[in-house]
Amino acid sequence: MSNWDRFVETFFNAKVMAKYLPDIAYGMLVTVELAALVIVAGLASGLALALLRSLGFRPVNLLIVFVVDLFRALPPLVIIVFIYFGLPAVDVAPSGFVSTWLSLALVLTAFSEEIFWAGITSIAKGQWEAARSTGLSYGQTLMNVVLPQALRLTIPPLTNRTIAITKGTALGTVVAVSEILGMASSAMSNSYNPSPLTLGAGAYLILFLPMVILGRWLETKMAWKR
Amino acid sequence: MLQTFFNLEIIEAAWPIILAGLGNTVLLSLVVVPLGLLGGLGLAMLASVRKPWVRWPLMAWVDFFRAFPPLVLLIFLYAGLPFAGLELGGFACVCVAFFLNTGAYYGEILRAGIDSVPAGQTEAARSTGVGRLQTMLYVVLPQAVRNVLPDLLSNTLEVVKLTSLGSVVAMPELLFQARQAQSLTYNPTPIVLAAVIYFLMLWPLVRLLSRLENRALAGRG
Repeated sequence: MSNWDRFVETFFNAKVMAKYLPDIAYGMLVTVELAALVIVAGLASGLALALLRSLGFRPVNLLIVFVVDLFRALPPLVIIVFIYFGLPAVDVAPSGFVSTWLSLALVLTAFSEEIFWAGITSIAKGQWEAARSTGLSYGQTLMNVVLPQALRLTIPPLTNRTIAITKGTALGTVVAVSEILGMASSAMSNSYNPSPLTLGAGAYLILFLPMVILGRWLETKMAWKR
Repeated sequence: MLQTFFNLEIIEAAWPIILAGLGNTVLLSLVVVPLGLLGGLGLAMLASVRKPWVRWPLMAWVDFFRAFPPLVLLIFLYAGLPFAGLELGGFACVCVAFFLNTGAYYGEILRAGIDSVPAGQTEAARSTGVGRLQTMLYVVLPQAVRNVLPDLLSNTLEVVKLTSLGSVVAMPELLFQARQAQSLTYNPTPIVLAAVIYFLMLWPLVRLLSRLENRALAGRG
């Protein structure tokens, strides 16, 4: 058997791949579900916090800034480990799925709040004043004048950040979530062959490569001339 | 509550273990950040050759590693490669994975930086007889780095946080040591302690970034 054959036999073993394809497909489903829940919760609460911050209550804002800083500074894996292995000490025992979801959602909340907030503050004061002076309420100004412009600015950085954090779903494997990497790892040890891992790698590329390319496209399309 | 999550006796007992982990996290960061920067610099300088047959494969390379979760890459190197008779060990695996993954991110940032320097700068330098490499090193790169400094810092923050993945391949860094201490003491205090250390270590950088980013986006409105 030539070296090449051995390489193919090891990493691209068709028999092993066929056997574990359903497992990896199931893992993909879990990854997509987890990712979707993280994105929805993270972006929604990030936007909500940014809007709350725009009201300008000083104590509230200091708290928001602290929470945002906290979840930007902590590695996601540390948060996952704390929730999954630490909280059971006080009889709160979230599953691996919930721990991973909550951790990544908190991290995305922090990053997206920061981006949404930067977008809102980037809108010139004159826009606010003009809108308010024509009789629009604070809420109307925010919803109809400021946010549409602010959101446009935030789309490219938000997309890239969301992709980076969503990739963190692979961390779920540390707390036994049966997402792609978890399924692939256990298939690898059951079959004593790394082909399932190759399959898993392919699954990640199928999911995330289009998103990365979309992010790149958005960045060029929406780039602002300096 | 305080007894469970911030037990002083346990902090005292676990302190040496955690401190060793902190030392290793710092060392690991000091290795992988320059490694990633080096990889990124190589990619960005190659991409500055404005030929499609150079740029497209580079872009594919960068996108490939940006789409790949770093943990998957790490597991592949650590658990997959031994099947092909190549056993690298935790530290080497982390280095290779970070070189590939963070190198791609740094490369993309530096490429954008180099692109942001007007072509006239290169032309002026070249026309006065400065060599191609020297033009890049002394004229283009300093301006490029300045233009993308917030992005570079932000990526460095992510890289330092990412060293926590080393715990998965048994590198004795901060998170790994905290988990060891936790299983020895049956108490989550060591993990809280590790989180506090991460936060105190990285908070100044987060503050700085938040200022820089706000200013950058506000400048465009």
